[in-house]
Amino acid sequence: MSASDLPAEVESWIGERRYPEVGEFDVERGYIFSSCASVENGNPIFWDEEAAKEITDGFIAPPSMISVWFRPHYWTPYRSEEGKPLQCHFDLKDALGLPEAVMTDNTIVFGVPVRVGDRLKTWQVIRSVSELKKTKLGTGRFWDLEIVYENQKGEHVGTESYTGYGYRREA
Amino acid sequence: MMRESITLDQVEKGQQLPPLEVDVSVTNVVLGALASRDWRPMHHDKDFAVERNGTRHIFVNTPHNAAYFERYVTDWTGPKGRLGRIKFRMKDSVFPGDTMRFSGVVDAVRTDESGCGWADVSLELRVGDKVTTQCTASVALPTSSEDNPWKRRGDDWKP
Repeated sequence: MSASDLPAEVESWIGERRYPEVGEFDVERGYIFSSCASVENGNPIFWDEEAAKEITDGFIAPPSMISVWFRPHYWTPYRSEEGKPLQCHFDLKDALGLPEAVMTDNTIVFGVPVRVGDRLKTWQVIRSVSELKKTKLGTGRFWDLEIVYENQKGEHVGTESYTGYGYRREA
Repeated sequence: MMRESITLDQVEKGQQLPPLEVDVSVTNVVLGALASRDWRPMHHDKDFAVERNGTRHIFVNTPHNAAYFERYVTDWTGPKGRLGRIKFRMKDSVFPGDTMRFSGVVDAVRTDESGCGWADVSLELRVGDKVTTQCTASVALPTSSEDNPWKRRGDDWKP
């Protein structure tokens, strides 16, 4: 259930499939190694070819990396503005005049494994935006976002649901 | 490198997961942010984090947090453990200098209609006395030494 005092533009976004996108690059092992290293994940299905072949029919990505494959390059020669992931989140911040934001809840449901060499596609949906609420961070609104991911075969690889809180700090 | 996997019959409700402690450094926070392609400055620029976010330092980002929970669960299950669903609530941030303490307990052990075995677990990440992240996860486990949840497809995979 969304608030009744939202700008018409924001209301029109709710429930709409927005920002369909194909990943800018194939799923690759370099980031998989970096992610595993950042948490000291020694699961052999990410490191050992024999284990990966036996258990997962080849190398896959850690399921928790699902959003990584769509985070835009910090810079490319084809874009003049800084790329932002979760564009719906930033759209809401801008449209509602809330300069700061944090994410609170995050749920991920995993489908078929993401494999090295996959090129994934995604889209975003805003599910709800709350009334204005005051918290220890400031005054703002909570919103629920959903991000759906498929592989190049159209198979569902996962859905992420986020709750964000956009706010203005108290003066 | 871990090779063995637990099977569903080795798990029961109320079972504790082995605890895990991790000391967090600036390098660790930045590595996790860059590995998840998160270039936002509050995860690598202390001045920005303090002045704009009102936090005391840079802090661990959401995908890095998720990666820690994945590692924590699969360290316990072994490589045949397959995450089906994970939900977490970040209640407070984790900063360089903190020691993260992960703990977990099995809430339920079940087999779904396709024959897939599941353990539902509640997990906590604490820094000192404070719970910084609460998490629940459902992880598919082999029902026998021959079973492998990663081989499940279509209607046989219902996370």
